[in-house]
Amino acid sequence: MGITIEGVSKRFGDFQALYSTSLTIETGSLVALLGPSGSGKSTLLRLIAGLELPDTGRIWLTGRDATYASVQERNIGFVFQHYALFKHMTVRQNIAFGLEIRKASRAEIRARVDELLELVQLSGFGDRYPSQLSGGQRQRVALARALAVEPQVLLLDEPFGALDAKVRKELRAWLRRLHDEVQVTTVFVTHDQEEAMEVADQIVVMNQGRIEQVGSPAEIYDHPATPFVMSFVGQVNVLHPESVLSCQLPGIQGSQQVFFRPHDVVIETDPCSGGMAAQVQTVLHLGREIQAELLLQDGGSLWVHLSREQYAKTPIQRGQWVYVRPKAIKAFPPADKHRAVRNSSVFV
Amino acid sequence: MKLERHSQTGILPPSQPERPTPSQGAWVQWVLIGIVLVYIALLLGIPAVNIFYQAFKDGISPFFETLIQPDFVSALWLTVLTALIVVPLNTFFGIYAALAIAHKKFRGRTFLLSLIDLPFSISPVVAGLMFVLIFGRQGWLGDWLQAWNIQVIFAFPGIVMVTAFITIPFVAREVLPVLEEAGTDQEEAAKTLGANPWQIFWRVTLPNIRWGLLYGVILTNARAMGEFGAVAVVSGNIIGRTQTLPLFVEDAYKSYATPSAYGAAVLLSLLALVTIFAKEVLERRTSFR
Repeated sequence: MGITIEGVSKRFGDFQALYSTSLTIETGSLVALLGPSGSGKSTLLRLIAGLELPDTGRIWLTGRDATYASVQERNIGFVFQHYALFKHMTVRQNIAFGLEIRKASRAEIRARVDELLELVQLSGFGDRYPSQLSGGQRQRVALARALAVEPQVLLLDEPFGALDAKVRKELRAWLRRLHDEVQVTTVFVTHDQEEAMEVADQIVVMNQGRIEQVGSPAEIYDHPATPFVMSFVGQVNVLHPESVLSCQLPGIQGSQQVFFRPHDVVIETDPCSGGMAAQVQTVLHLGREIQAELLLQDGGSLWVHLSREQYAKTPIQRGQWVYVRPKAIKAFPPADKHRAVRNSSVFV
Repeated sequence: MKLERHSQTGILPPSQPERPTPSQGAWVQWVLIGIVLVYIALLLGIPAVNIFYQAFKDGISPFFETLIQPDFVSALWLTVLTALIVVPLNTFFGIYAALAIAHKKFRGRTFLLSLIDLPFSISPVVAGLMFVLIFGRQGWLGDWLQAWNIQVIFAFPGIVMVTAFITIPFVAREVLPVLEEAGTDQEEAAKTLGANPWQIFWRVTLPNIRWGLLYGVILTNARAMGEFGAVAVVSGNIIGRTQTLPLFVEDAYKSYATPSAYGAAVLLSLLALVTIFAKEVLERRTSFR
């Protein structure tokens, strides 16, 4: 087993960063901890690393109880958002650091560093200092340094957060390939749902110190367990009960809020189509798709995303009245979601 | 289209901000520069050069005559010995205090910070007096010290103690901003790579703070050798026994032994210049980008 977390919680002063949380991460998987800032995702990662100690609960790393093990004993690789490279050392020296601490022989270190430089595609950069590298290169050095000691677990804290959009996109794909190559159990923290969906096998969605849902990217997107997950992963429209009642959506009770994705809609101009009447406020042409904001009769507003084909069929204009029919809707039971999550063990 | 591409990749030079025309701003610039130059010359340049001029205006023999005076040799030795004890002591304390303040959260953290600044805000003469009031014959510990036959005031231990007190802030104050700027990421990274606290300090923390530390040590040394007020109060200025170099300079000057005064002043300045020169050399030799 990779990582097992049992009822772990953490409080910083008055702030409960993490409520009692259980999670199992299988060996060799690539898992994203996804959530907004303050959701406890970084705290959970630092608890796994041993950079923080839990107030309650136990942490098992590869079958061994590591709850009170020091960071040094855990044999983890950790990658920081701002790289945390040793500024006074060259790229080679940075990567060799962990091996030197482990008293590897010079020849062994040289061979391993060469191998890692190749892996992170920085073979010609060994003698440079971190200040002579770009952000993306620095983060790759940080990854090579973390991998040098052959960690049981690789932990990355917002690894691409400080990079610009283009480099971020490249590095994501690269991390995915790297993981397929190295096969080390990897957990990374991100607040970017697109990043999580693109890179991870499994996503752990967190909010306010609790796990909301664990699942594959498709499960998280198509079958969100809570309103939070639905609205955090992808865009969403929320319909209030009054609007719902007025248009009689099938299978929904009057008191529930109804969620649907902006692309799961049919737009019609025929008042007899059975859709909700709405007036077009804004139309944005974004090339691949057309986004429009619609104003409902009760004052609420919706965003709809139309494909080029849909738009060609019904070319809506600002000020026009249209009739909206959601194709796939989701309503959540009004039960206390927190209690439900808190007491359940979640397997990845 | 092509033009847009260029400006995106920064090949086109960014548009120059408008500058005031030379006729408008030039004379203001020169007046300001002139004022600064006169100010520096008056307060720093001329006095410093004058010391050397006065010491060597009658040739180099008066200078060397000063150097072999027994009282001078004794003062020089006392000053060097004091620095040799105080500088390592406050280097250690300074690093330790700065590390604690920058990396640990504990009660009284801000209090410790103000406490470290205390020697900056207290007049050195008052500092000296504080020590006399505690360790002197009439002081709190006077009877106890006498019973054990330990002399602090008007003796070497007193000189070392006040010098240490006066120079407490330098290393801590120079190292602290460097530590705070660097954060704890690198230390944590080293930890995850298996380094123990000792290895982290020597291989990560110390190399990161080395320039701040070096500067702090140089300031500590300069002050330890140059301190006058506090040492004057506790040392008793006993010629040949508790007279440090700055006290010797003042004594020689007051007793109209001007060549001696200037000679000793030159040596004191040279000690400072040597430390600054040593810093430059070290910086160049181990510099990196």
